[in-house]
Amino acid sequence: MKDPEFAKRVVFLNSLVPLAILIWDKSHDQLGANPNEALLHKTGNLAIIFLLLSLAVTPLRKLTGKNWYSLFRKMLGLFAFFYMCLHLLIYLSFYSEFDLRKFAAAMVSNKFIILGLAAFLMLVPLAITSTNGMIKRLGAAKWKRLHQLVYVAAIAAVTHFWMSQKRDISKPALAAAVLFVLLAYRLVPKRKPVPVAAKI
Amino acid sequence: MSSDRPKDVPSGEITDPTVYASRRTLIKAGVLAASLLATGGVYRLLNPVRHRKPAIFTASTQPTTQGVIDSMGSAFNVNEPKTTFEDITNYNNFYEFSTDKTGVADAAAGFVSRPWSVTIGGLCSKPATLDLDDILKTAPIEQRVYRMRCVEAWSMVIPWDGFPLSKLLERVQPLSSAKYVTFTTLFDPTRMPNQRRRVLDWPYVEGLRMDEAMHPLTLLASGIYGQPMPPQDGAPLRLVVPWKYGFKGIKSIVKIELTDKQPPTTWNLAGPGEYGFYANVNPNVDHPRWSQATERRIGGDGNRRTLMFNGYADQVGHLYAGMDLAANY
Repeated sequence: MKDPEFAKRVVFLNSLVPLAILIWDKSHDQLGANPNEALLHKTGNLAIIFLLLSLAVTPLRKLTGKNWYSLFRKMLGLFAFFYMCLHLLIYLSFYSEFDLRKFAAAMVSNKFIILGLAAFLMLVPLAITSTNGMIKRLGAAKWKRLHQLVYVAAIAAVTHFWMSQKRDISKPALAAAVLFVLLAYRLVPKRKPVPVAAKI
Repeated sequence: MSSDRPKDVPSGEITDPTVYASRRTLIKAGVLAASLLATGGVYRLLNPVRHRKPAIFTASTQPTTQGVIDSMGSAFNVNEPKTTFEDITNYNNFYEFSTDKTGVADAAAGFVSRPWSVTIGGLCSKPATLDLDDILKTAPIEQRVYRMRCVEAWSMVIPWDGFPLSKLLERVQPLSSAKYVTFTTLFDPTRMPNQRRRVLDWPYVEGLRMDEAMHPLTLLASGIYGQPMPPQDGAPLRLVVPWKYGFKGIKSIVKIELTDKQPPTTWNLAGPGEYGFYANVNPNVDHPRWSQATERRIGGDGNRRTLMFNGYADQVGHLYAGMDLAANY
């Protein structure tokens, strides 16, 4: 049952599930003794998960031959940006208390914050130019080149995650392994497209 | 709608389009609901509920303080709101059980800490292996309300029950050649399951300089809020050195050794540039990856300034006179 519009709706609503549960947990005091830290870490994890999901769309589309999967790429990428915005906002409010001097000072002593901010700043132009109108305005080739920035942003985000860990690097290592596979897939020399008839 | 039906098919054999449409809608609703439940389920599996119940025990209902000596003034009893029992027992750094601070309590539940003995040896005249009950008779158990500052820039105020470490060390009569004290945590992966993962170089080892170990603020703690030490906080016996970062407060101690050389300590070995042997709380010396100037008080709101030696500068500052604290972090 191929129904792209319905599938899009399903992915959209599912992407909001973590946010809904996070809000529920926060309002029911179910985030443990340090709820602000939990909010910070969970939104950060979600940003990376959605970034990896958005990067998984193209390999999945090519491997399955289901071209309509590309519908999800933009949405998942925008959700990655959305959760990253929340992550940054939580950091700015609870940790820097909206004081830019504190934020700047934190960046000096916390090198990994620079990487996190870099990942966010790289995603800003991508989010702005994510519309079909912008693809037309920029031209497909130019747009594609610009959006290759997501690879750099993902590497920066995962490195930021890795450096933020005190000792147990199992989670960032998993994220890095997934990212490695997703990026390596893109580096593999492209085979000639299989004729449509041959696929059946 | 029924007028759209082809006339050559008996009308009774055709699924009514409204039925067909509603069945499709129903299937879609089912698929959507199932997917939402699955996503929610996966999220919940990866992010378990961490309850934070109100404090069960309070110091006033469980008096354990016996003969508090006032030689250190208010340092023995910090006049700041105490962190709740629930927060103290549900937010722990105890990698032997889990690297997730909110997951240690569950992972440590059921940890058996009786019978328990501690071997005390090295440079002393009376080395001994003492049973826990014997150790707890060393000196009257006092309540000490100390600030606890974690190297991760969060803090608590904890009412410990215990007695000065110096009293126990005096029992084994340290030799004058003893310059350092080494502490070792239990190594038993069957009881401390996360020791199967080499997150740290087990067993956990910590150390103090002799004068730090003999300082009246240095406590061997056997309880919190008048309750026996919960497993997640280091049952049955742990070290508390309130002017140092929390990782110096080694938990579930099985061995104490007096040495003439500075012992290699676990976190220092794990990250020599990040965790020093001294690990004195110092707002002026940042961790290479984060600032130590401020801290977040658990259960409190907002950030507060971190105090030199965690607010115990008057009591312990003289121990480090003339030392370069940026080099000896």
